[in-house]
Amino acid sequence: MCALCGILGGKGHWTDSTSAPAAFAGRTAPQTRLRERQARARLLNTVLKQHGIVVKDWSGNAYLLTGHTGRTAIVDTIGEIWPAAERISGRPCDPLDERYLSALAGRQGASAAP
Amino acid sequence: MTNYGALTPVNIVTGFLGSGKTTLLQRLLRSSELADVAVLVNEFGEIGLDHHLLQGVAESTLLLENGCLCCAVRGDLQKALRNLLSQRTRQEVPHFRRVVIETSGLADPAPIAYTLHAEAVLRHHFRLSGIITTLDAVNGGSQLETFAEAVKQVSMADRVVVTKTDLSDQASVALLRARVRALNVSAEILDSTEIGDAIHHVLTDDIYDVEGKFRETGRWTANAIEANAAHDGGAYDDAHGYSHNHTAGVDSFAVIFDQPLDWTAFGVWASMLLHRHGADIMRLKGLLNVAGVPTPVLINAVQHIVHPPSHLERWPDADRRSRLIFIVRGLQRARIERSLSVFNDLVNTPASSAHCRAGADQANSMQFRSLASGLPLARD
Repeated sequence: MCALCGILGGKGHWTDSTSAPAAFAGRTAPQTRLRERQARARLLNTVLKQHGIVVKDWSGNAYLLTGHTGRTAIVDTIGEIWPAAERISGRPCDPLDERYLSALAGRQGASAAP
Repeated sequence: MTNYGALTPVNIVTGFLGSGKTTLLQRLLRSSELADVAVLVNEFGEIGLDHHLLQGVAESTLLLENGCLCCAVRGDLQKALRNLLSQRTRQEVPHFRRVVIETSGLADPAPIAYTLHAEAVLRHHFRLSGIITTLDAVNGGSQLETFAEAVKQVSMADRVVVTKTDLSDQASVALLRARVRALNVSAEILDSTEIGDAIHHVLTDDIYDVEGKFRETGRWTANAIEANAAHDGGAYDDAHGYSHNHTAGVDSFAVIFDQPLDWTAFGVWASMLLHRHGADIMRLKGLLNVAGVPTPVLINAVQHIVHPPSHLERWPDADRRSRLIFIVRGLQRARIERSLSVFNDLVNTPASSAHCRAGADQANSMQFRSLASGLPLARD
C-alpha cells in the first residue's frame, strides 16, 4: 500500500510485461512499468475515442475513465476497462465490428498522412 | 508476482461417458515419473482407481451474477483443492507435485480453468497444465454429432487421446482423427494403444514446463500451419465428405503474421476481443514475435481466461512469424486478422506494420452474437 495515498498494490494482469519478466527479459530497448502503462493509456484513448471516453493512468495503479457526460469509473486492470467503457458510453466494445474497425483504420490513415 | 511456472500444475482429464478416462489415468499413474500426483475425481466409475492420493469431489458450480458459464467458480473444486493444499502443508498427505482432475463425462472444463485462475487462494498455488480429452473410436463420431459437451471437450483439449481403436476399423479411426483436427488444429492427437514409454508427457508437456514447452509449441505450431493449408484448400471436405466447420459451428484456424507485433497493441486488442467474444473462443494459443523481444513469447487462453505469458529461450526454427491459433464458434478468421492488423497499425507506422499473410475475403459477412454485459472484473 502507498503510505501517502493509501492505494493498494495493483492487481497483476497478463498484458503487463512485468507479470512475466522472464518472457520479456531479452528486450532490446529499455522498458519500465510506467512507460508501458503510459503507452497503453495512449492506445486506450485511441481505441475508445469513438466511445467518447478519455482514459488516464491513475497513480500507476488504476485507470480512470471519463465519458462525455462526466460519468467516471476507476478500474484496476485493462480487463475491467471494457465493461466500464460499455456502461459509461452505452456502446459495445467490439473489435470485430466492421464500422468500428473502419473508423479506427481511417483514423490511422489520416494520422499517417502528411 | 508469483512465478507462474513454479506453481503446482493441474491437469484436467475429461471425455465423454465411457470414453476411457479412468483407464487412461490408470496407465498414467503407473508411470514412475508420475508417482507424486494427487487425483481428484468427480465420480467413481466402474473401474476402480487404486491410488494413494485419490479424493472424490461432488460436481457443483457456483454461477456468478453475470451468468457466464465459463467464468463460474467450481465450489466443490475450490474446497477440494484448498483442502489438499492444507493437507500437503501440514504433511498429512504424501507430498505431491501435480494434481489431476478427472471430470464427469458431461463436464465443461472451462469453469475448472476459471477456478484455478480466479480463486483467491488457489491462484497463488496452482496453475492450469494440459487439458486431456479421451475420445472413444467407436462412439466418438456420433457423440460429436449429437452432444455439444463432447465438441467442447475436444475443442478445448491440448491433447486428444483416441481410445478403443482396436475395436474400430482404420478408416473410421482416420475419419475421427480428421474430424478432431478440424475442430482443434493445435491438439496433439494420440492413439491410446500407441502411447509408449513417454506416457508421462501426456500430462507434463505444457508451455510452462521447462522440458516440455519446446515439444508442446513445436507440435501445435506445426499442426496449425499444416491444418491452415488444409482449411484453405478444403481438404477435409474433399477427403472425408463433411465440412470442416459444421460441427456445432466450431472452427479452428491459425492467424499468421509476418512482422513483429507490438505487445501493448496486442494486449489491448486481445483483452477487448476476449471481453466481447470470449464465450465463443474456446482456446487461443500463440507463439508471438514481439517487437523488441528477441525470443518468442507464448500466450495461452481458455475462453475469457488468459494465463501469464511464457517464452521459449530460442526460436524453434528459422520461421520468425507470429502464429496465433484460434478455436472459435461462429467467428471468422478474416475479421480477426483484419482487426489485429488495424490495432497493430495504431502503434506502428503503416509501412512497417504487420500484414496478415493469409488474407481471406474481408467482405465475408460476420455473425455477431449479443453477449450479456457486465462481465466479471477478474476476467481478461
